[in-house]
Amino acid sequence: MHRQSSFTDAVLDPDRAAPGGVNDGFGGPAGKRFDVYRNNVVVSLTEALETGFPVLRKLVGDAFFKAMAGVFVRAHPPASPRLQLYGQRLPGFLASFPPVAHLPYLPDIARLELGLRQSYHAADAAPLDVGGLDPDAMLALKPLVAPATLVVQSRYPIFAIWRANTDSTAPGPAAGAQDILITRPGFDPAPHLLPRGGVALARLLKGRISLAEAMAATLAAEPEADISALLSLFIASGALTLERKDP
Amino acid sequence: MSTHVKSLALLGAAAALTAHATAPAQAQAQEKCFGVSLAGENDCAAGPGTTCAGTSTVDYQGNAWTLVPAGTCADIELPDGRMGETEASLEADGFEGLARDLPEGTDTSILRPV
Amino acid sequence: MRDMSVPSRLPLAVGIGYKSRHYADLLADPGPVGWLEIHAENYMGDGGRPIAQLRALAERFPISVHGVGLSIGGERPLDRDHLNRLRHLCDWLDPASFSEHLAWSTHDTGYLNDLLPLPYTDATLARVGAHIGQVQDVLGRRMLLENPSTYLAFDETTMEEVDFLSELARRTGCGLLLDINNVFVSATNQGTDARAYIDAFPLSHVGEVHLGGHDADVDDTGRPLLIDSHGCAVVDPVWALYRYTIAQSGPRPTLIEWDTDVPAFATLRAEAARADAILSPVTA
Repeated sequence: MHRQSSFTDAVLDPDRAAPGGVNDGFGGPAGKRFDVYRNNVVVSLTEALETGFPVLRKLVGDAFFKAMAGVFVRAHPPASPRLQLYGQRLPGFLASFPPVAHLPYLPDIARLELGLRQSYHAADAAPLDVGGLDPDAMLALKPLVAPATLVVQSRYPIFAIWRANTDSTAPGPAAGAQDILITRPGFDPAPHLLPRGGVALARLLKGRISLAEAMAATLAAEPEADISALLSLFIASGALTLERKDP
Repeated sequence: MSTHVKSLALLGAAAALTAHATAPAQAQAQEKCFGVSLAGENDCAAGPGTTCAGTSTVDYQGNAWTLVPAGTCADIELPDGRMGETEASLEADGFEGLARDLPEGTDTSILRPV
Repeated sequence: MRDMSVPSRLPLAVGIGYKSRHYADLLADPGPVGWLEIHAENYMGDGGRPIAQLRALAERFPISVHGVGLSIGGERPLDRDHLNRLRHLCDWLDPASFSEHLAWSTHDTGYLNDLLPLPYTDATLARVGAHIGQVQDVLGRRMLLENPSTYLAFDETTMEEVDFLSELARRTGCGLLLDINNVFVSATNQGTDARAYIDAFPLSHVGEVHLGGHDADVDDTGRPLLIDSHGCAVVDPVWALYRYTIAQSGPRPTLIEWDTDVPAFATLRAEAARADAILSPVTA
């Protein structure tokens, strides 16, 4: 007995008739009554994407986003009831969706928005506070990358695109690759433009080595990196912590 | 840059930073919604939540329309925009890479590229 | 005063469905709001503001955890990972109540984010009963099961919904969550008598009552088709049905649900006060 398979298929495909075995309660065909479930599923999941990807929506416009979301939610319903993380397959979808092939930065904007949400719900950790420390003692610290810290790399200027769509006073984007550091020192995630060498530094710090070692290795890999500015960004933005993650 | 100069740079950075302290977080603080959230929401950064309610909003899915992206993307001009697949990756557990294709049979003809 | 016959640790008072935008209002002046209900799935992250707010609220209010994604009516086995996440939440929060729906939402394709209907037969009774038993075993607590809003009927159904729920409560020992708006919506949609449904309902098993708003439409033949939208005020016939129910059951923890087009807190508080005006005289 796999009634729920045919019910699911019909819910997700508007061209299908209502599944067999249902009626309107008065002996007639279910008709519009079945459509209530179709609407509930597709509209609620579309609204979930609208909530989760506001910049993406602004970039392509409300009408296009809704239509595209309709295609996506039917193809990729959530894998789990935790809707907060819904849309993990949207970047890949966008990368191979012909109507947006001329907007190749969209997948990375979707990644950025997913990253902000993941950061929002990540485990809490007190930001590394180096106030009052002796500089040598600070450089000997072996901090952790905070659970809410994420790096998004792109060959497109996604930070500028994101800002231009969230802050009306921000300048428009110019061509060029941009990497982003997402941090959440309290409860509100924020994206920061990650200068040259930042991705290397983030990777090195995940290895739980001292700040001095991480900085030296970053400079070895990226001699042009402004290591002072990078470390300032990582510490001031709350990217690092001394706490262990909960098991 | 010599090793000695590097060390001085590191110490300089450290000295500048050790004067800095961070502020504690407040559960009730107003969230930053980046100016793009739904009006009246202050929990927008949380992303979508669940519902146990239905909707009377009708989903008009059909294939009689053609649409093109018509948002702020029109204001963005990037030279050499067609660079092929991005190599972007998200450095976090749980995120999937880019190797996701449209499912077989997805009808994209209803959406017309510009 | 605690009525030990009510299968719930929630107070005999009015609660509201919690929305984070009402956090400061609730702490400042909750009015008649005596407890809060949260959707379990929105508090399954590792940390951040949602968890911090919930911890703070739990110090002030009894909390009801209401799951919407367990798919207890599903043909598939229950999602063990999801069940474990529920257990984790219930373990640290120790809520006054845990409830879920007589519905399904997950199938092979994924999670459909809607409370989908099932036929009422011996086979589905056995399946749902087994799932409830599993939930109660894993959580280590008694759960409440909620009656759904329905928009259509199944040819193969052989049992009345009330009998189906009664038998589940008998077999599993679970309590029931009686959604008065769902009773009204389903009865209107199926052309049956809402009061007769209440008369037949095993009210002694009811640990919580829900009230909410719905939208009105018509089906293909012009018959009324009500949709459980939780997007507006409770309508007068539902208030009347609530009064009718409470007069028979005695006082029950009562929730105002408002999930879409969520209003200012003052509007919710006014709805809560209206429910309180019906509930309090019975409780006293």
